[in-house]
Amino acid sequence: MPRLVSHPDEVKIVSRRFGMGATNIDRYIELGGYEAVKKCLAQGPDWIVEEMKASGLRGRGGAGFSAGMKWSFVPKQSAKPKYILVNGDESEPGTCKDHLIFLHDPHSVIEGTIVAGLAVGAKMGFIYLRGEYRYLLEIMERAVADAYDRGFLGKNIFGTENEFQIITQTGAGAYEVGEESALMESLEGKRGIPRIKPPFPAVVGLYGGPTVINNAETIATVPHIINMGGAPYAAVGTPRNGGTRLFCISGHVERRGVYELPMGYSLKKMIYDVAGGISGGRKLKAVVPGGSSTPVLLPEEIENVGMDFDQVGKAGSMLGSGGVVVIDDQTCIVEFALRTISFYAHESCGWCIPCREGTDWLKKSLTRFHAGFGTRSDIDNIQYLAENMLGRTFCPLGDAAAMPTIAFVKKFRKEFEDHLNGKPCPYAREGVPQLTVV
Amino acid sequence: MSPKKAKSEPASVFSPALAARFDALVQKYPVRRSALIPMLLYAQDEVGYLSDAVVAEIARRIGITELEVRNVATYYSMLRFKPAGEFNIQVCTNISCMLRGAYEVYERFREELGVGPNGVTADGLFSLEEVECIGACCWAPAIQVNYEFHDELKPDLVPGILSGYRGKAKQKGKTPDA
Repeated sequence: MPRLVSHPDEVKIVSRRFGMGATNIDRYIELGGYEAVKKCLAQGPDWIVEEMKASGLRGRGGAGFSAGMKWSFVPKQSAKPKYILVNGDESEPGTCKDHLIFLHDPHSVIEGTIVAGLAVGAKMGFIYLRGEYRYLLEIMERAVADAYDRGFLGKNIFGTENEFQIITQTGAGAYEVGEESALMESLEGKRGIPRIKPPFPAVVGLYGGPTVINNAETIATVPHIINMGGAPYAAVGTPRNGGTRLFCISGHVERRGVYELPMGYSLKKMIYDVAGGISGGRKLKAVVPGGSSTPVLLPEEIENVGMDFDQVGKAGSMLGSGGVVVIDDQTCIVEFALRTISFYAHESCGWCIPCREGTDWLKKSLTRFHAGFGTRSDIDNIQYLAENMLGRTFCPLGDAAAMPTIAFVKKFRKEFEDHLNGKPCPYAREGVPQLTVV
Repeated sequence: MSPKKAKSEPASVFSPALAARFDALVQKYPVRRSALIPMLLYAQDEVGYLSDAVVAEIARRIGITELEVRNVATYYSMLRFKPAGEFNIQVCTNISCMLRGAYEVYERFREELGVGPNGVTADGLFSLEEVECIGACCWAPAIQVNYEFHDELKPDLVPGILSGYRGKAKQKGKTPDA
């Protein structure tokens, strides 16, 4: 069972009901649940979208696009039905926040989905969970059934003329399905291959209808914004980065866990204070700030970085999905880079050649390199190959594989060079089996 | 295209419960085919893998060709065309787990079970697989045994996990000699 953690600096908004038994619908209502939907039914769609825009809430899946703006792109009139699609295909390495939302607060996801439906005029929502999250899917299914029993979902929600249906859906193992257009393909019973954009999902999405796709954390935040008001929510964060975020701190820190901190919170404080510093009194070597796709940062690069989309961008990386992976000084970066690229090689859907071939070549080069059979020119070739994947694929997976690879080579060139002396990895931790072929 | 019963229809490989689940599922969606991926997984849960008969039945029930079913099924990493052990052990070795010793845990499973990647033990009880991130990064290293999570593991916890599942199998009365 995932351990819950807490720290005095946390501002618990999305995680407010974690560990409080809110999977039970009565308990959820007792804790203020479903008030947001009632408020929205009274206020109407334009008001909802305005509150969302005012909240400054930016997509928690990783792209960081304004949720309110996304909702406003959906045409008011549409010949085809509109849909809400909740992306719970959480698979970015380093990220496990939606796991806790589904486990502790499934009704907040339902409530947020209904609010999104009211805002854009959709009558149906889908909550898509990755296939591995079967026990969480069962929790969600139970919560949806309970909401139907209470009349919170169905033909006449809360006794009004408004209809809203929710369908829960399981995936079957695919990182790429977390990409919004691949997610729609998967939901239509196809291979999870991305679609060409434009048209964007807000205009032509699921089953050809206008579709809003939001990350599960984004959706779970919506009821809280409605309850507390957009502007007060925004005020918790930094300019253009409203509210809080669930940060998943993993790797070589003492107190690993999911912490809800205000946007803009110091990365250094997050590592050394909130998470209790580096395990075993060792030193920090590097940190991956937003899931495995984001370029690694060096200790000197995190000095004054606050964790919001703009500051982390300025530091040369991305806030991504909120997965902070901390790496200590006894870790081999070449091995870490190899494990990262092996993941993308495994998950590339194979549609775009630069991604399909590029990830595979990078994996092979890094495998050979790490095993001590590299040449000096390999180092530049690895960087060159990764740079030539950038921007040449339909979906962001190609970039997600290339960006961290480039950063590893650029920032840890010496470690790569140290692998050239013919021995297998000079940075290997004692007693740890060598990672050779993945 | 009609999924209605034809006279020449072969016997179902689905249990009555699974068939009922299928019928309920296809009703929910605006498009019947949306049930495909969940149904592949649920059928695999029951039968153990996607046998030819399972693929054929799902194709028939949805109203698409077997080729289309295979085309989709081969994309998803949880779907398999060969039997796994009764308890499929999936060790995450992705970055967060790797940093916390996932490969040591994986090696210990290998030693204890005597099978390599994607191998099945002779008694059919266990299979071992190295998998990508399973969304338990803050509680690493983590594994899944079928759908059950075990987290914050150490190599020394491996024998206990295995004997726990051996006990479960015994209770179900279908254990070979452990």
